Amino acid sequence: MRKENIGLVVLLLLLIAVPFIAEMTGQLSLIRLVGQILIFGIAASSLNFILGYGGMISFGHAAFFGVGGYVVGVMYHHFDQGTAFLGIIPGTDQMLVTLPLAIVVAGLAAALVGALSLRTSGVQFIMITLAFAQMFFFLVVSLKTYGGEDGIMVRRTNDLPFLNMRDKATLYWVIVCVTAVYFLAMRRLVHSSFGAIIAGIRQNERRMAALGISTYRYKLVAFVLSGMGAGLAGALMVNFLRFASPDMMHWTRSGELMIMVILGGVGTVIGPFIGAAALVALETNIARWTEHWHLYIGLILLVVVLATKGGILGLIRKVGGRK
Amino acid sequence: MVLIVEQLLNGLQYGVTLFLLAAGLTLIFGIMGVINLAHGALYMIGAFVGTWVALQSGSFWIGLPVGLAVTAAVGVAMEVGIIRRLYARDHLDQVLATFALILIFNEAMVLIFGRRPLRTNLPEIFSGSVEIMPGLPYPIYRLFVIVVGLLVALGLYILINKTRVGMLVRAGATNRAMVQALGVDIGRLYTVVFALGALLAGLAGIMASPIVSVQVGMGEEIILATFVVVVIGGVGSVKGAFIAGLLLGMIDTMLRAFLPRVLAGFMDGSDAQALGSGVSSMGIYLMMALVLLIRPRGLFAAGA
Repeated sequence: MRKENIGLVVLLLLLIAVPFIAEMTGQLSLIRLVGQILIFGIAASSLNFILGYGGMISFGHAAFFGVGGYVVGVMYHHFDQGTAFLGIIPGTDQMLVTLPLAIVVAGLAAALVGALSLRTSGVQFIMITLAFAQMFFFLVVSLKTYGGEDGIMVRRTNDLPFLNMRDKATLYWVIVCVTAVYFLAMRRLVHSSFGAIIAGIRQNERRMAALGISTYRYKLVAFVLSGMGAGLAGALMVNFLRFASPDMMHWTRSGELMIMVILGGVGTVIGPFIGAAALVALETNIARWTEHWHLYIGLILLVVVLATKGGILGLIRKVGGRK
Repeated sequence: MVLIVEQLLNGLQYGVTLFLLAAGLTLIFGIMGVINLAHGALYMIGAFVGTWVALQSGSFWIGLPVGLAVTAAVGVAMEVGIIRRLYARDHLDQVLATFALILIFNEAMVLIFGRRPLRTNLPEIFSGSVEIMPGLPYPIYRLFVIVVGLLVALGLYILINKTRVGMLVRAGATNRAMVQALGVDIGRLYTVVFALGALLAGLAGIMASPIVSVQVGMGEEIILATFVVVVIGGVGSVKGAFIAGLLLGMIDTMLRAFLPRVLAGFMDGSDAQALGSGVSSMGIYLMMALVLLIRPRGLFAAGA
């Protein structure tokens, strides 16, 4: 086995052991912390695919995260009320239904946004993705049926057959499994020929076009895949926190996802997860000793952006002597 | 009718505020190629300092120049200390670094002025209102804001089209490398442009402070609308910023004022209120998407 794979297996075992560690040390908040890191890691990793590999700076990625979350929330709401969405689609609390549905709906949203946004580039692309995210944000804020500004409480986590999902540790292990599968899929994706074309478009779009590749179509597919990943993360997050709110789609959330990608190191598979871990851990720890934690996050981010290339992962590699 | 005129004037007043912010932002964008998300922070700093000094001294007229001076100074410090390092970077680094600046400036305001919003009274001579139409008294202060905004627009027009600095600014927006090759001290030009942008943002903040509530986060609320103005108007075009600013200011205000009422004709009152305000918030973003789909570089892009 390669050295990298051994590291990943050790990491996976550690992640599986987290609920036991939490119980032994009495720090039950650890499960919540690590769970959030994994979910944000999925979201950041999906953003990294278009941002780091594809060079598409999307400033509206939180929209798809939120869409995925709201699918779970809305389905639960109708299940709880015994009503049907738009009068035809009945609600459900089955995770085997809600997760795929969240991925599909987020993918559709990304297809719509991407098809229009990818006609622009540069600054205009950044701003138009932000604009679409804002539209989604204000849309959910204005829907009184689904809580408006307050969002939707999901009183019970979605069910999976044969599992007791009300148990926090069980839900956590489900998240670990989903993350592991997602990670492996992402690794295959970036090393596939499709991933190579996406990276080629980032490096030189005109050359790829000259090679006979329809760059718009490839970028759109990448954008949709990325939106689907964010939708998955959103759906998991709503299950984990049992709450869906417009805050999931706020534009500062998109900024945070970008920060995670940058902190961890752009254009690597594991980087966004490291970035998510760093940001979530920083937030929790700094928030514990000062209410002005935004100031410190801001300073750290500024230093990372101005002074490092390749984020934390780049730093580790530099110290480790590898390229 | 009276109501429509009143809302149009409110829209105009919001529009000139947007223009003051967008004019600086579009120049910074167009000339230095920097996406400055923290431009709204300068607006906030202007509002905080201006209001605080006005409260301490008891006069709006002392708060105004002090607020302007402090904002311009912060702008220069920001350019020299941080923004300058971003010129050669890609957009991603710029977005993140200026996003970090937003976090830093917001917390700095909390540390200095506290979390409670600051409130001021209108300066004495502006506290009344004039009847501009039969049955429509309108606050003098808002008219003052509109007039100042239009005067600044005129001043900027003269500065950019008739002076040597303006010529360099226009040249810089069209072709940066060529200006540099012709021996212009581009570094100093950048600092001047950034300071000018900061000054305009500070002015917008100080003038808005008696109308809106001066609090942390006020910068973010308006900066997104400002970016919409800049992108619709065309990056680097002050003329575009002016037209798009006034247009968007009015459209946004009209939607907010009338859409909930129109919707209330079809549906339940509180639902109409929520949906109406949500959809009107979407309005400007929808416009930006439409404009970009038809003209991907905005209406009056410089250097096109």
